[in-house]
Amino acid sequence: MCLAMPGKIVAIAESVATVEFGGVTRAISLDLLPEACVGNYVLAHAGFALQVIEEEEAGEILAIFAEMERLDSVESTC
Amino acid sequence: MSQTIEQLYHRIEELTPNRINLMEVCGTHTVAISRLGIRSRLPHKLRLLSGPGCPVCVSPAGYIDSLIEIALQPGTTLTTFGDLLRVPGSVRSLKQAVASGAKVKVLYSPLEALEFARQNSGVEVVFAAVGFETTLPTIAATIIQAEQSGIVNLSFLMAGRLAVPAMSALLQTNDVRIDGFICPGHVSVVTGSDAFKTIVERFAVPCAITGFEAVDILSSIISLLEMKNNSEASVVNNYLRAVKPGGNLIARQLMEQVFDVVDSEWRGIGVIPASGVKLKAAYSRFDAEAKFGISIEKQLSHPVGCSCGEVMRGLLLPDECPLFGNACEPSSPVGPCMVSTEGACAAYYNYGQSGRI
Repeated sequence: MCLAMPGKIVAIAESVATVEFGGVTRAISLDLLPEACVGNYVLAHAGFALQVIEEEEAGEILAIFAEMERLDSVESTC
Repeated sequence: MSQTIEQLYHRIEELTPNRINLMEVCGTHTVAISRLGIRSRLPHKLRLLSGPGCPVCVSPAGYIDSLIEIALQPGTTLTTFGDLLRVPGSVRSLKQAVASGAKVKVLYSPLEALEFARQNSGVEVVFAAVGFETTLPTIAATIIQAEQSGIVNLSFLMAGRLAVPAMSALLQTNDVRIDGFICPGHVSVVTGSDAFKTIVERFAVPCAITGFEAVDILSSIISLLEMKNNSEASVVNNYLRAVKPGGNLIARQLMEQVFDVVDSEWRGIGVIPASGVKLKAAYSRFDAEAKFGISIEKQLSHPVGCSCGEVMRGLLLPDECPLFGNACEPSSPVGPCMVSTEGACAAYYNYGQSGRI
């Protein structure tokens, strides 16, 4: 559950960013990462951005997350 | 890239002359190692032990019981991350309690609990505050926002845990020899790589901060083996892309502002000194334990035969538990390590790799 999701900031209003995660957008607080800018890739966890990262970093983390989502959905139907 | 990966495996083979135990502390690493098929490619003398790195797995049964007690109270809604729903309490899980009228709402962020409280002023909203250093700053920031907004119908039942003291505690028990730690990537984003210096200085056990790609994990194994073979111990940061020496300073400062560090119980392990948090007196009005006058019962007995505690301390691999795959599987879990997707037992079950002969 410590998994932080990589996403791209597409807009910022006050201290809340609109972050795109593989086509889905979420409102993400920048309270913990006020220096983040539009266009940055960030690691986001539980609604908060924690760190700016490089774009390439996003790929593998997204793959792990997709796998865990798949396993969760399998288990929840059991 | 595949050539590089093969070279890394070859190097690991060269560096593993003797039996060696490395522990991956983070549940996300356990999943990544299983998903990438790394265990089955390592020399048999090299054991990767899964540590206590799944916050859901280490939340005590008494904590789940207290969440259920709160969720059954009239006029109250319990909000939680979805991971916690199926974790067994001493009698039942939150999910099972919903059938008895417990009001439980699954959220993605503690900020959603704040928003829900704002929109439902007649409802007492409680957030199940589970998590390690990655999650705790988000809870601290939410509490500060709640205070600034004058929200009075929101509180937090705390079960935050700190990974670094737990790693130190494992080394102090001498139950199992740990030759190196594959340190958690996203915990380290907050704590910084310097947080692990204490482990190196006190116990001379090498630490490698690690990302989630195969090359990251294999590189960290190599770093740890090289240090071990040279009788050296230091903190190597192989996740420089995301982890700085000091971590996220704002997140760390918010944790210090809102929380005091306390001793805390880890399910299956016991009480670990200075490994949990409670709200500072200035924020005590957000403490659900005080608000609801409840007390989380400690050290309840574990299900007969369940070896989650031994698995999280590195004493057993998941498939060495007699219940594994028989009485205990993800659709009917006995212990928390089989419940959470990041639990070591669930990772072994889902990917079917023991990594042993």
